[in-house]
Amino acid sequence: MPTVAVDKASLWERLGQEYSSDDFDKLLFEYGLELDEDTTEEVEAARKKGLPAERPQLKIEIPANRYDLLCIEGLARALNVFLNKSSRPQYKLVYPPGGEADLLTVTVSPETKRIRPLFACAILRNVKFTQESYQSFIELQDKLHQNICKRRQLVAIGTHDLDTLKGPFRYEARPPQSIKFAPLGKDKEYTAEELMIVYESEKHLARYLHIIRDSPVYPIIYDAEDRVLSMPPIINSNHSKITLNTTNVFIDVTATDQTKLDIVVNMVATMFSEYCAEPFTIEPVKVVFPDGQTRITPDISTRVMSAHASYINSCTGLSLSSSEVKTLLERMSLSASLSPSNPDEVLVEIPPTRPDIFHECDIMEDAAIAYGFNNLPNKFPATSTVAQPLAISKLSDVVRVEWGLAGWVEVLPLILCSLEENFTFLNHQDDGKTAVKIANPKTLEFQVVRTTLIPGLLKTVRENRSHPLPIKIFETSDVVYKDVTRERQARNERHAAAVWCNKTAGFEIIHGMLDRAMKMLEIPRISSGDFKADTGYYIKECDDPMYFPGRAATIYYRAPSSKKGALADIKQEVQTALHISKDIAIGALGILHPTVLEKFDIGYPCSALEFNLEPFKKEMQRIWTNAELE
Amino acid sequence: MAEALQQVILDTLDAESSIKDTRALVIPGEKQPAISNDAQIAILGALNSLSSRDMISYATHEVISHAPTPEGSQIVEQGSNEARVWAALPLKGQGDPVTPNQLKKVVGDEVAKVGQGRAFKNGWIAKEGDGLVKLAPEIKDVTRDDLLEIKSSGTLKSGEKTLSDLRKRKLIVQKKGQWFSVTKGPSFSTSIAKPETDLTVEMLASGSWKTSTFKKYNFEAEGIPTNGGALHPLLKVREEIRNIFLEMGFAEMPTQSFVESGFWCFDALFVPQQHPARDLQDTFYLSDPAISLPPKKDYYDLVSKVHEHGGFGSTGYRAPWVEEESRKLLLRTHTTASSAHMLYKLAAACRGEKAPSDKGEYTHGAASTTGSYRGDPAKDDGFRPAKLFSIDRVFRNETMDATHLAEFHQVEGVVADRNLTLADLIGFMRVFFDKMGIEQVRFKPAYNPYTEPSLEIFAFHPMLNRWVEVGNSGMFRPEMLEPMGFPKDVRVHGWGLSLERPTMIRYGINNIRTLVGHKVSIEGIENSPAVRF
Repeated sequence: MPTVAVDKASLWERLGQEYSSDDFDKLLFEYGLELDEDTTEEVEAARKKGLPAERPQLKIEIPANRYDLLCIEGLARALNVFLNKSSRPQYKLVYPPGGEADLLTVTVSPETKRIRPLFACAILRNVKFTQESYQSFIELQDKLHQNICKRRQLVAIGTHDLDTLKGPFRYEARPPQSIKFAPLGKDKEYTAEELMIVYESEKHLARYLHIIRDSPVYPIIYDAEDRVLSMPPIINSNHSKITLNTTNVFIDVTATDQTKLDIVVNMVATMFSEYCAEPFTIEPVKVVFPDGQTRITPDISTRVMSAHASYINSCTGLSLSSSEVKTLLERMSLSASLSPSNPDEVLVEIPPTRPDIFHECDIMEDAAIAYGFNNLPNKFPATSTVAQPLAISKLSDVVRVEWGLAGWVEVLPLILCSLEENFTFLNHQDDGKTAVKIANPKTLEFQVVRTTLIPGLLKTVRENRSHPLPIKIFETSDVVYKDVTRERQARNERHAAAVWCNKTAGFEIIHGMLDRAMKMLEIPRISSGDFKADTGYYIKECDDPMYFPGRAATIYYRAPSSKKGALADIKQEVQTALHISKDIAIGALGILHPTVLEKFDIGYPCSALEFNLEPFKKEMQRIWTNAELE
Repeated sequence: MAEALQQVILDTLDAESSIKDTRALVIPGEKQPAISNDAQIAILGALNSLSSRDMISYATHEVISHAPTPEGSQIVEQGSNEARVWAALPLKGQGDPVTPNQLKKVVGDEVAKVGQGRAFKNGWIAKEGDGLVKLAPEIKDVTRDDLLEIKSSGTLKSGEKTLSDLRKRKLIVQKKGQWFSVTKGPSFSTSIAKPETDLTVEMLASGSWKTSTFKKYNFEAEGIPTNGGALHPLLKVREEIRNIFLEMGFAEMPTQSFVESGFWCFDALFVPQQHPARDLQDTFYLSDPAISLPPKKDYYDLVSKVHEHGGFGSTGYRAPWVEEESRKLLLRTHTTASSAHMLYKLAAACRGEKAPSDKGEYTHGAASTTGSYRGDPAKDDGFRPAKLFSIDRVFRNETMDATHLAEFHQVEGVVADRNLTLADLIGFMRVFFDKMGIEQVRFKPAYNPYTEPSLEIFAFHPMLNRWVEVGNSGMFRPEMLEPMGFPKDVRVHGWGLSLERPTMIRYGINNIRTLVGHKVSIEGIENSPAVRF
C-alpha cells in the first residue's frame, strides 16, 4: 500500500478545520485510510534542540487502487465531499479559442510500435504554482510511477513548460545513436547511447534503463523545431523543464497498456487542474496515430453505471431506499440520480478519477463505506452446516499425539531448504526428477521444497547442542514431489519423521517409534517372509548411503485387500503362491551414516525414521457429501 | 560420628535441660572441649539436623577468635625463627662456631635474618669470632607455644597484648566464630531414630508407618521435572483455532498443494496480472517444473475474458492478458488459492457437472437449508451452502527479519450461501474473534483485488494500548464467483489471518525465528504453556 506524506497545516487549511490526531485517525479509518504517522512531536522535539526541521507531516496509507488519493489535492477533495463540506468538482475540457482546429497536435510514428506504442497528453493553462504545489505535482508523478505504472514499465509521465516549445509535436522511436539532447539537469548534449552509460551510475534512473536498453529503437518526443521534450520512460529534456514560474504545462504520457495510460493522464490532469486560472479545466490535445486515427486526449468523460437499491441492500444487510443510496454515493464523490423508469435503480456517474469502479459491487461498497461499516446492523449468517475435519489432519494428529505421549518433542523446521541439505548432505544424488526447485530465492537456504523431513530435524538437533541428551524430536508435515501427471506438476505428501540423538545410536529406539505409531493405527506387524497375511507392515534391511551399513531398513506396508469375493481370493492366492508382492515401500529407518552427521555438524550418533502417512488416511464420513447428487 | 555427636547433645540436654555454651561440649573421639571453629561447625550440622525434627532449638552467638596465618602455622610445626637459629648452633665451647653464611645454608636466608635478631635479644646466642654459638643450653619457644594455644583454642589466656603483637607480626589473623546455646524442642527425646522421608510399601506391610516419625517436607522446593514429550506451541494454537472452526460448523478444506499456478493463485481470484504481489520480489516462482498443465479450457477462457475484456457486469481490468503468466508455477502466497479451487469444485453442480468425488477429501456442501429450491427439485440450480476453513503453510519471497519469515501459516475461513450480507460477515467476525479472546474489534474499508467490500480487522491490544490489524476479510467479487458458475445470488465471505501473529502475542514472543524453524529451542517447546483462548 502506498503511503503519502502531506503537510499537516495545509491539509487542515483545505479541510477548513484542525483535527486532533485521534479524531483524524477515526475519520480516515471510516473512509478506509490509515494514519501511519503524525510527525508533529518529532518536529517539535527537533526544533527544541535547535535542529533543522521540516513542517509537521501526516503520513497516510492509501489503498492501492485509489490513485486519486495519492496527493493532498485529491485527498482533501475526497474528504471534503465525504464530510459534506463541498460538492465534487466537475472536470471540464476547454478548447482553445479556435476550437478543435487550434488544438496542439502530436503525431505518433509507426516505429513506436516496436517499443512503446501508446500515447496521450494534456495541457494545463495559466497555472500558478507555489513551492508546495510544485512539490506535490512532482511527488504525485513519482507515486504513480512507483505504483500503477509499475516503476515506469507500463506507463511513464513527462511534464514540460509549453512556452519553451513550438507545436506540433512528434512522438517517434529512433535508434539510440541518432537521438541527441541535453537531459534534465545537464547542460551538455548526449546521445541516447551515451545516456544509458551515464545513468548507469545514477541510482534513481539506473533502475529504469532496462525497460528500453536492448530495444533497437528508443521512444523520443520532439517539438516542431526538433527540440526533444523527453525520452520516455527515462528522462525529460533540460530545455522544456518545468519550474515554479511555468504557467502552461504540457503533460506527455507513454505506455504499453491503454487502460493504465488513460488512468494516469487523467489523474495528473484532474488533480492539478485545480491550479489553473479557471480551476478544474484541462485543454485537450489531438493525437494522430500511424493508422490515421485521431484521438482527443485526455478523455475525462464520466461513465454512467446503474446500481440498484435492492442489490445494495441484499449485499449489505441494510434496507435503504434508492434516494438514500443516492445520498450515500454522493458523499463518496459519485454523482447519482434516480432512474426515471425504475424506482429501484440509481444512475451513477463515475468520474474519471475513479477507475477503481468496475462493477455494481464497487458502488455497493462505496455506499457501505458512506453508511459506515461499523454502523451496520449486528447479524449472523443463517448458514447451517455440519463440521468436518480433514482425514489427513486427523491422521497426522493421531501420530503427533501418540509420539508426544511417548515422550518425544514436536519441532517445526522450515519447508524450504538448500539443494545440498536435501540431497548431498544425506549422501543422496539429485536425479532431477524428484524435487521442486525455486527460480528466484533471495538466499541459498531456499533453493528447493524439501522431499524429506530429515534435514530439518537434523538442523534442529544441530542448533540445540545445549539440550541434555538424549534429543528426541519428531515432525509430521508435508514434503513435495514433482508429479508430471498433475495440473500443478507437483504433489504434497504427508510424512512422519523422528530423530534420536544420544551417546549411542539406538536403532531399536527409533524402531520402537515406528512400532508404536503402527500399533496406534492398528496396522499389524508381520514377518518380511509372510506372503499370506492380508495386511500389515514389516521392515527389511536395505542399502542406503544415508544410513550406516547394515543398520538401515525399508518399511513396507501391505494394504488390506479392498475386494472381497471368490475371484479376489483366488487372485490373492495366486499372487501369494508366486510371491508377487503388492507391498509398497513407505519409508525407511536406520542409524545415520557418520558422514551425514558430519555434514550437519552433529558430534553424537543419531538414528532416523521417516515414512509416508498417506496410505493410512481414512475415508471421509458420508454425512458431509451430498448423497442426492451421487 | 554425626549420630554420636547428636546423641551427646541430646544426652547433655537430658541431663542439664539446656546447653549454655556448645564450646563446653566434648565431641566424641576428642579429648578437649570443642573450642575450635571447625568443631563448632560440626556441632551446627548436628543442631540443624535435630532442629529439623523439632527435637531441639538453638540460638547462635558470635565470637571473635584467632587463627595462625600460613606463616604462623609453619612456626607451629617447625618452631619460631629464633628457635630454629638457636637449634642450628653449637653450645658455646662445645664445637666450632657457625658462620652467618653457614647458618643461612642450614635454615635459609629469611629464617637466619629474622631469627638472629630475636635470638640475640633473648640472650640465646652470642658471637664468637666470625661465628655464632648457643648461650642458653635450653630455651622456651614462647611464640610457638602461643601460636599452638591459639590454633587449638582460638585465643590466648595471656591476653590481648600478646595477641596484638602476634597480629602485627602477621602470624595470626582475627576470625569470626560461632557458638550456640541449646534448649529442648517440642519433640525432644534422647532417641535419634532417623526420621522417614517417604511412605513405603514395606511400612504398609509391617505397619511401621504408625510409629515412624517422618521428616518434614519442604513445601518451598520444586517437584521433580517430568520426562514427557511436548507438542509445538504454534501447532497448539493451530489446534485451538481449528477447534473454533469445528465448533462453528466448518469443514476443513484440503490444502495439500504448496505448488500452485499463477492461474489458481491469482487469475482465478481476479488478481490482475500486473499486480505487485506477482512480482519476483514477492513470490517464489519455480524453475523446475516451471509451467503448469492448462486448466480446464472453458473456465480458463471465462477467467481470461473477465480480466481482459470484462463480463458478468464488470468492465474488467482491460489490460493485456498473458497466458504464460497464468501457467507459471509458484509456491502459493496464500491458501486462498486452495479456497478458489475448492469453490470451483463446490460450483461443479451449478455448472451442470457431476460433483467430483474424492473420498479422501471434502467435496461438496451440505444439503441446502436456505436455498430457494427447497421442496421443488425442478428449481434446484445445484448450489449447496458451505462453511470451509484451512490452516496451512504459505510462502513469500521476503527478506527475513524478526517478524517475517519466507514461510508462515495462514488461517482462512470461507462461508458460501445465498444472499449473505456484509452485516453477516461483520457479525460473524465479531463472534469468531470473540472466541479467540479478542473482544474489541472494528472494521476498516480496505482494498483487495478479489474481495469487494474488503475489510481489515483491527483489534484493541490492551498491552500496546492501540488498535492493531489482526486479519483481512471480505466478500469475493462477482468477477471471481460467476466464471466458476455460481448463481448471482450466491455470496461468499472470506477472511484470513496469520497463525504466527496471535501465537507470538499469546506467548509474548518478539522474534518469529524463536517460534518457527530449526533455530527454535527444544527446551522452549517443552516449557510452552497450554493454549486456551
